[in-house]
Amino acid sequence: MIEVDGLRVAFDGREVVHGVSFAVPTGASFGLVGESGSGKSTILRAISGLNPDWSGRVAIDGQELHPRRSREFYRRVQMVFQDPYGSLHPRQTVDRALSEPLIVHGMTDHDARIGRALADVALPSSMRFRYPHQLSGGQRQRVAIARALMSEPEVLLLDEPTSALDVSVQAEVLNLLRDIQDKRRLTFVLVSHNLAVVAHLCPIVGVMQGGDLVEAVSAADLRAGRVEHPHTAELRRLSVELEEVAA
Amino acid sequence: MGFVGVSGSGMSVTARSLLRLLPGHARITADRLAFDGIDVLRASERQMREIRGKRAGLILQDPKYSLNPVMTAGEQIAEAWRTHKGGRRRAAREAAVDLLEQVLIREPKRVADAYPHELSGGMGQRVMIAMMLAPDPELLIADEPTSALDATVQAEILRLIEELVSRRGMGLILISHDLPLVGHFCDRIAVMYAGRVVEELQAGELAQAKHPYTRGLLGCMPNLTHPKPRLPVMVRDPAWLA
Repeated sequence: MIEVDGLRVAFDGREVVHGVSFAVPTGASFGLVGESGSGKSTILRAISGLNPDWSGRVAIDGQELHPRRSREFYRRVQMVFQDPYGSLHPRQTVDRALSEPLIVHGMTDHDARIGRALADVALPSSMRFRYPHQLSGGQRQRVAIARALMSEPEVLLLDEPTSALDVSVQAEVLNLLRDIQDKRRLTFVLVSHNLAVVAHLCPIVGVMQGGDLVEAVSAADLRAGRVEHPHTAELRRLSVELEEVAA
Repeated sequence: MGFVGVSGSGMSVTARSLLRLLPGHARITADRLAFDGIDVLRASERQMREIRGKRAGLILQDPKYSLNPVMTAGEQIAEAWRTHKGGRRRAAREAAVDLLEQVLIREPKRVADAYPHELSGGMGQRVMIAMMLAPDPELLIADEPTSALDATVQAEILRLIEELVSRRGMGLILISHDLPLVGHFCDRIAVMYAGRVVEELQAGELAQAKHPYTRGLLGCMPNLTHPKPRLPVMVRDPAWLA
């Protein structure tokens, strides 16, 4: 579904992604992990069309992408951001936020679609005319996910979707993402610095360091510690060390 | 000492009331609330200022919002130092560079001249810690000090705090929603839910936690070495409020 080949991204002549390649089959999930500044979000933004200054080859469903995207592209590829506080318009109700993609893409039957979308992300219909400040962080992130699903996309780009949420809400959102993926056969690219979160959702994990994809490893190998690159081993060690309960 | 719970369970408010740092309409009552023998509830504003910042430092979650964007890191640390210790500008500047060195910044001079937007999240958090250390506090309150940072930096910052605490003999109150993490860095853990401490235990007994809420907090985290096909979601029992 997604092919990325030799992707390079530069800001003001300074290259921050040095030729990254990976492919994600339809209905699969690919995870990107790394420290802040390693370029993982930059890759996501280049794919989504938020950043036009890239070179290399990016194709969705066999169609090569150009810096300028078609409206159809924006329908098929949607993004969910880290901060549900920042990504929803504070003066628009949930209903308004969810109608926007429908208006942009000329879709009909708004009322039924919004009702279904809220049900899909397990929000009660009473939330429909609330403002973002009347919702909790987890509810807001559900709204952001519902909004991304309004245009019936095939690809969902997830940029740290749970790192602004606390652990109990994180579990709910991760379960929700998995259910939606099974139901709609969505293709995910998930960016996170949390190895456990990425390995939970993605069978294949790409490890970024300083703008390079240093290793792509299966979640099973990552769990078992069968990794080759020292940076992957280091990230794994830290993650395991901090997550174990002192016995 | 660590406080753990989900957002809104009252961890930050508890820590802040210790410094009486709550909005004017908040009412604090307690059978006893004391800082080194000083009754916080009856202390004058003046006495409180002696405690706040000077004897007890507070490290907040996000360095991006807690640092002054139009002052260099060095100036901010020097300001904290002079406010509490007095002294000359130059001495304060030297102290600032020295403090930056203590929080393991490789080029303390360069960082002292940098503005907050020129620093990474981990760097910014170190500057915050350096600022809090300036008056040699006896107690450090760290309110989600690392949740805005990524895993490698998170571990570094927490180790740094741990080392400083043991070297300077400070007390530490760590607030987080990450239970295993608090278990690593604190001796005693208070688990909070809806404004109440529902369970208090030693870090070593975490695996034997009894309260379903504590067990839920532990169980709902995805784990790298022990994968779960589906994450258990916490079912909140109204009885926990009793």
